[in-house]
Amino acid sequence: MLDVNNITCRYGPVTALHDADFTLEGGEVLALVGTNGAGKSTLVMSIAGHIIPEHGNIVLDGEDITNIPPYQRASRGIGLVPEGRRLFPDLTVKENLITGGYVLPRTSESQRLEHVFEIFPRLYERANQLAGSLSGGEQQMLAFGRAIMLRPRVMLIDEISLGLMPSVIIECYAVLENLRSQNIAVILVDQNSDAALAFADKAIWLETGYVKWQGKAKHCPLLKESIVS
Amino acid sequence: MAYEMIVLTNMLIAILFAQSLNLITGFCGQVSLGHAAFLGIGAYTSAMLTKSGLPLVATFIPAMVIAGTIGLFVGAASLRVRHDFLAITTMGVSFLFTGIIRKQDMLGGEMGIAGIPSPEGGRVGLLLMALCLTILFIIVMIYIKRSWMGYVFDSIAEDEDTASIIGIDVRRFKLFAFILGTAGAGLAGALYAHQVRFIGPDSFGFVESVTVLSMVIVGGIGSIWGVTIAAALLSVMPQFFQVIDDYKLLVYGMLLFLAMRFLPEGLGGLTKTFRKDRGQT
Repeated sequence: MLDVNNITCRYGPVTALHDADFTLEGGEVLALVGTNGAGKSTLVMSIAGHIIPEHGNIVLDGEDITNIPPYQRASRGIGLVPEGRRLFPDLTVKENLITGGYVLPRTSESQRLEHVFEIFPRLYERANQLAGSLSGGEQQMLAFGRAIMLRPRVMLIDEISLGLMPSVIIECYAVLENLRSQNIAVILVDQNSDAALAFADKAIWLETGYVKWQGKAKHCPLLKESIVS
Repeated sequence: MAYEMIVLTNMLIAILFAQSLNLITGFCGQVSLGHAAFLGIGAYTSAMLTKSGLPLVATFIPAMVIAGTIGLFVGAASLRVRHDFLAITTMGVSFLFTGIIRKQDMLGGEMGIAGIPSPEGGRVGLLLMALCLTILFIIVMIYIKRSWMGYVFDSIAEDEDTASIIGIDVRRFKLFAFILGTAGAGLAGALYAHQVRFIGPDSFGFVESVTVLSMVIVGGIGSIWGVTIAAALLSVMPQFFQVIDDYKLLVYGMLLFLAMRFLPEGLGGLTKTFRKDRGQT
């Protein structure tokens, strides 16, 4: 479904990502692991369309999307949960959700809203509350919900557990399980690489922009043995 | 009676002009310090056309189209800059406009255009036209605010980077706001030219741009009713208190300061405060 072929991304003279290459099918989860500055976010942002790769191409369902702008990618079903959530704190929960699905036709909006509220009943209770007044966990749920409003086929999640309590992190992974069961491909970046690797099917270990290791998540050298068992 | 009619027409033109900036600054978060240039473009377009024999009503569309088209170019060029830099860029537009007008003999140069024909229907006709157009523009603004597009404008005004990250085509909406806002200023300009019947480069300078921005800020950025009230008050104030006319800028500056200090959300924010108080008691 999603083919990323040898993409290289640069910020001016600095190459942030060299030759990343992978394929992802619906329902598969790819974990991107590595230290800060490894190129994880660069890879995520290049798939979302905010960074145009210098070489290589990105293909979604047979269509080359390498050079199309972010809003067109969003309408093709690439959803993004950005690092730090980036909600609109002065808009209500419902308004945040509506802006998230803005590129799709309005006719399906109430249906999509309902779908999000089914997954996150807590958001339904807080629909008219300002996003800035939610707890950290609820905000992360809203960030997920906002991306789900796009009816995503590929979901990009940058730093899923940053600044969240363990119980909320467990909830986040439960949502990911739900996405996986709906045949959505997920690309996941997590500071807590053990949790991400234990959950994912595939993994890419990046270091200073290079792919250091790539393969099945359960074989990743970064994964602690205790979690595998 | 004639005097009251002039004051009322001035007030309506000020409201229309302030709302057109509110669309750009309030709805879309783009500060403009050169909005008077578009008032001027509308005024010059309309004045030239009525002097050549066209009725005022027929000049509204050309005034809007020309102001909106130039607004499109300014908007497209301004997409590259934001915040303070956008303010400086738009300020440049204001100086560029007066600078160019001063050198155009065809447009009266330094002397401006005098003897602009009186509008059909006289003062009453102009008052009614101003009333209808201002109401119409406010209705369009309310429609945009309540429509689906209103959500997107809110999100762009709040944080345009995030809006673009979640897949909103921010440039398209910013340009739309620029075109509609500058066209609205052009329309206000057409009315203004026939209200004062003499226009010159100094009528559309930096001071006028600051004045209209202060109306939007005192009214509450993005608040339709707040800006309407602020524009109405601030436009009649110098006329009722002739004595402060010379100190108009000082008073506007002070109001801006007071608004930022005590009413950061402007008059529009006051209703919110009242509502909150009521909710708590």
